[in-house]
Amino acid sequence: MSAVAVLIDHDRGVPSGGALEALTAARSLASDLNTDLVAVILGDGDLFDAHGADLVAACADYGAAVVHCGRHSFLADYGPDAWGTALAMFVEAAGPVAVVAAGTDRGAEAIAQLAARTDLPLVANCVNVSPASSLADAPSGPAGGDAWHITRIQWGGSLLEDVTLTSTLPLLTIAQHSIEAEPCEGGPVPAAVADFEPDLGPEVQQTLVRDRVTLAEGVTLSTAPVVVSGGRGVGSADGFAPLEELADLLGGRVGCSRAVTNNGWRSHADQVGQTGTRIAPEIYIACGISGAIQHWVGAMGSKNILAINIDPEANMVTKAGYAVIADLHEVVPAICDEIRRRRDRPS
Amino acid sequence: MRILVCVKRVPAVGSRINVTDDGQQVDTAHLGFTTSPHEECAVEEAAQIVEQLDGDEHAVVVLTLGPEASTEQLRYAASVGGNEFALVMAEGGLDWDPQRTAVAITSAVRELEAAGGQFDLILFGNESADGGNFQVGIRVAHALGRPIVNGIKGIDPHERGFTARRETDAGYEVYELEAPCALGVKEGINLPRYPTMKGRLASRKAQIQVLDCTADVDAGGQSRVRLHRPPERASTTVQLGDSAAAAPAVVDLLDELGVL
Repeated sequence: MSAVAVLIDHDRGVPSGGALEALTAARSLASDLNTDLVAVILGDGDLFDAHGADLVAACADYGAAVVHCGRHSFLADYGPDAWGTALAMFVEAAGPVAVVAAGTDRGAEAIAQLAARTDLPLVANCVNVSPASSLADAPSGPAGGDAWHITRIQWGGSLLEDVTLTSTLPLLTIAQHSIEAEPCEGGPVPAAVADFEPDLGPEVQQTLVRDRVTLAEGVTLSTAPVVVSGGRGVGSADGFAPLEELADLLGGRVGCSRAVTNNGWRSHADQVGQTGTRIAPEIYIACGISGAIQHWVGAMGSKNILAINIDPEANMVTKAGYAVIADLHEVVPAICDEIRRRRDRPS
Repeated sequence: MRILVCVKRVPAVGSRINVTDDGQQVDTAHLGFTTSPHEECAVEEAAQIVEQLDGDEHAVVVLTLGPEASTEQLRYAASVGGNEFALVMAEGGLDWDPQRTAVAITSAVRELEAAGGQFDLILFGNESADGGNFQVGIRVAHALGRPIVNGIKGIDPHERGFTARRETDAGYEVYELEAPCALGVKEGINLPRYPTMKGRLASRKAQIQVLDCTADVDAGGQSRVRLHRPPERASTTVQLGDSAAAAPAVVDLLDELGVL
């Protein structure tokens, strides 16, 4: 087959944003290699009955010629062993020329499970991939000595690392938000569907999701169109009230810096940064955040940044597209008032 | 219960990361070093689990692979709840590729288990702060034939194993693993303690076992060419004001961006 295969990481039938970015990146890789793009989706009969058509259509929108649907009752929900084993069986049977996944929790974990099972190298969080020039002439995979040249992120994106990859089957993840998900130009070409049934033993059941608890409804930090974050400058847990109000007015979410979680003012689930959540809102409103590099890499996917800070030299201010150099405790309530005033005004 | 925690020494970077002239590593001439954040939390988690148990046959064993200077991170672990310490010397000063790292750590774990008994739980950080390869723990666990789940922000030990929670956008997922097993943890699982004076003093006396299991480890397929800084984001900052009077300008901007 020698196609470029993309694992579509999904949560009970809903593909991650990263999966669409990975499809976009892999489509360009497949074009460089003059080969097809195919997608791999794992689930059980019920999942495919409920979501199969939508998932296949989404893959076709992004240029997949074939969608391989791995069906098994142990794939009803996510589990790293079940996904890794099923993926290894797909690779064995279909012989792709490269396997790509999103740099999401599930994408990165499932492909690392594949790497462990096959003892193949895995290059994580790639931002640019140049296959070996001779690869297009070698449909069975790169010859032993031909290296791929890849740029990947280190330090959450603060540094780039150029690497060479020598492998019979390159395995890659695509750094989240490093590429915009873009459907094919000229509309989708219908994708063929190929079912396969991985042979999964009971041992994969141990790492299946057993249960889940939903804490937040609606928009989440990673998908919110507006994120209003506070840093050390907020001063206390109570100090976040005006930020909450602004986020509510804009249908957004409140985030924070590491200093805030270390002080116990907010839960770590709200932390934006290298060790927290990576966000990509339309606008990031950073209040009283100095902008340490670990915070910046979590926020740099934002389309616009407004920094509110008393220090005009703060990293966050100098890197932001927009800034208000003033005390957030005065500015944020004033913004809330202004929004309410305009909304109350008869149009 | 015996818990192994694998940690990595990384530079404590500030607001900008510089690279050495040869592009092979982070310029650490003016930097200190620290434990990669997810792993610092892993040490704390192991200490908390063991402290809740009765009896004194429990241990938190801390393992690192790195230069000899990594003993600094092992001694730090000794000051915050670690009991036994092992170093796999990876000379050369450079980061090893993830496959090679995983092979060396796997042999180190086997050597530690041959001497001290099986670990009920092996903790890794979800990914290291510097390399961020997202795979070493998974490779090691697979080589040892143990289940592993990454991204863990909550662990509850019980009679047969561990209940683990993994954060998602909307809440969390629950996993049930039987011991022996492994987990990759994330910062936020706890707030690591600060070392006490007594802890600091005791850490100076901590015995560090040096393991030599790197002799036959081949390099993996990923090889560094160079590190470099990404292009700076074009940053002409538009100042919307210097007081609360900037609010209308901010709201105009929100309106323009279509988020109002």
